[in-house]
Amino acid sequence: MSETTDTTVAGPTEPARTVPSRLTRFAALPTVGPLAALILSCLFFWVFTDRFMTGGNLSLVVQQVMEVGTLAIGQTVVILTAGIDLSNGAVMAFGTIVMTRLAVTGGVPWPLAILLGVGVCAAFGALNGTLVTMARLPAFIVTLGTLNIAFALTHIYSKDQTVTGLPKALTALGQTFPLGNTDVTYGSVVMLAMFLIAWYVLRHTAAGRHVYAVGDNREAARLTGISTRRLLITVYTVAGAVYGVAGLLLVGRTAVGDPQAGQTDNLDSITAVVLGGVSLFGGRGSIVGVLFGALIVGVIRNGLQLMGVASIYQVLITGILVILAVGVDQLARRRRA
Amino acid sequence: MNRSTPGRLAGCLAAVMSLSLVAAGCGPGAKGSSKDITIGLITKTDTNPFFVKMKEGAEKEAKAKGVKLMTAAGKFDGDNASQVTAMENMIAAGVKGILIVPSDTKAIVPSLAKARAKDIDVIALDTPPDPQNSADALFATNNLTAGELIGKYAKSVEGGKPVKIAMLDLNPGITVGVLRHNGFLQGYGIKEGDPSIACSQYTAGDQAKGQTAMENCLQKEPGINLVYTINEPAALGAYTALKAAGKDKTTMIVSIDGGCTGVKAVQAGQIAATAQQYPLKMASQGVDSIVAWAKGGKKATGYTDTGVNLVTSKPQPGLASKDVQFGLANCWG
Repeated sequence: MSETTDTTVAGPTEPARTVPSRLTRFAALPTVGPLAALILSCLFFWVFTDRFMTGGNLSLVVQQVMEVGTLAIGQTVVILTAGIDLSNGAVMAFGTIVMTRLAVTGGVPWPLAILLGVGVCAAFGALNGTLVTMARLPAFIVTLGTLNIAFALTHIYSKDQTVTGLPKALTALGQTFPLGNTDVTYGSVVMLAMFLIAWYVLRHTAAGRHVYAVGDNREAARLTGISTRRLLITVYTVAGAVYGVAGLLLVGRTAVGDPQAGQTDNLDSITAVVLGGVSLFGGRGSIVGVLFGALIVGVIRNGLQLMGVASIYQVLITGILVILAVGVDQLARRRRA
Repeated sequence: MNRSTPGRLAGCLAAVMSLSLVAAGCGPGAKGSSKDITIGLITKTDTNPFFVKMKEGAEKEAKAKGVKLMTAAGKFDGDNASQVTAMENMIAAGVKGILIVPSDTKAIVPSLAKARAKDIDVIALDTPPDPQNSADALFATNNLTAGELIGKYAKSVEGGKPVKIAMLDLNPGITVGVLRHNGFLQGYGIKEGDPSIACSQYTAGDQAKGQTAMENCLQKEPGINLVYTINEPAALGAYTALKAAGKDKTTMIVSIDGGCTGVKAVQAGQIAATAQQYPLKMASQGVDSIVAWAKGGKKATGYTDTGVNLVTSKPQPGLASKDVQFGLANCWG
């Protein structure tokens, strides 16, 4: 547990001091803050509503964050490289329309339809990555552009019609299986598995370490021999493919192909990333924290609903939490400097 | 780095404490509550005054009947995913019935089916789901009638005079917009494609877009003297454009909705007449119906018309209408 996914290295300027205790080292892990916030909000709702802390309800919360949570995986990897992706919700929506329309009206077999849906998302990611590296445009501008392109294509291709009557296979991930007394959604398992894979790659592979290195200091990373261009294009492309999987989860959850989907998902996924303790300046943060960040949003939304509090207060509280989380990150950076 | 630990922890604590404070200040906990009937209300958004009034109606009625009300809304018009989430949470909270204004009439259908499978009374308000029978009942304005009322009014004022009509519509493929549009044509006694229709534009029911649409229509046909608008924000946008062109005195605007801003515009003579609908009634009748069923009564089925009235300060002979005072007393927003 002593190794963290944080790339911080004890700098030479830091004054010598006594070896930190095990407790302080544990508390310094970037995931501890989000985890504590998650646990405390769960405890809060456990006390104030009798329906919150049940297996069924907790399973529901995970199911409700599977779309934005999965999008946040792609968003995290992009943000770790000091980029940002505003296009993810729109790209995901385009992917869902492609896979559902091809399967329903295009007569394409469902495995191929899913593959093509995820494929167009990956293609959008590759486009983002290419423009960011080759044309040297800021990620914010590039993805603002592709956000609009993907949004328009979604509406043009779908003719603004919601796609219904999906084949069973497309909505399979929205189905549940019993685990003890609780029904668990297959899609929830997919999301958790993707977090696990992302955690492994980021923490235990050279490519993962390179992502942090590029985000921390791109020039320094290049000088150490990392092919930063290839790495960035790969990062955006993989993120795109992950958005495609998020789209498949959304289709499973709602059982339709919805051209209006995903319109606030870019900011929602950034919210999860920030609440998870990942620095928007790149190079710092843990993917596990992002899972907690996504769950915090889901827990608050669900808990307040069960308490009968109007949904607008969930938005208010999320806003407060985001500012707190970023404040904590800034504080950490300043102390490090 | 280690020094940041206390700061980080303090931040988390502060976060959760502020969360507790806000939440505690806003709603009572369900624990220990003696009320056993809970009803959910899901609107399209939290911000549109139409839905604010609807919520007010549901809250009043829930209080009067001594039942608990939960509310939720999407983040934007068309936000199906948030409505699905809200339905799941309400089912988990054990509601007896759900009142919902579907944002996406087709996409919400699987969720409605899930709720009904759990023996929850599902009533659509204002907008029918597609197909309509995927909800137990529908409490809504008859939008065709609403369009017809202002169509007849316009015909009665214009008589046999030649007119050039601009139609400021909602959005392609949205049922409400199509019904109002067709109602107006029926009421005026003309068919789609009639040469008197000089211009048709989509406005999304938005004031700025209504203004742009009217400006473009005037470019196309400067002689426009009758304007049909999907709602009052679009009407006020059209009025701004007409005024800038110096045609506000010679052009009649008719509209639909009956929001307070709209009725005041009728009072000020900017809009000649509007068809007023009653979101408060939709919600309160919906709450009543669910409570009656939960207490062992009959479940509401089919369509219930919540009424629509023509509001104008210049009534026409032979056309039933309400005056501005009535309109203001019953307006929303």
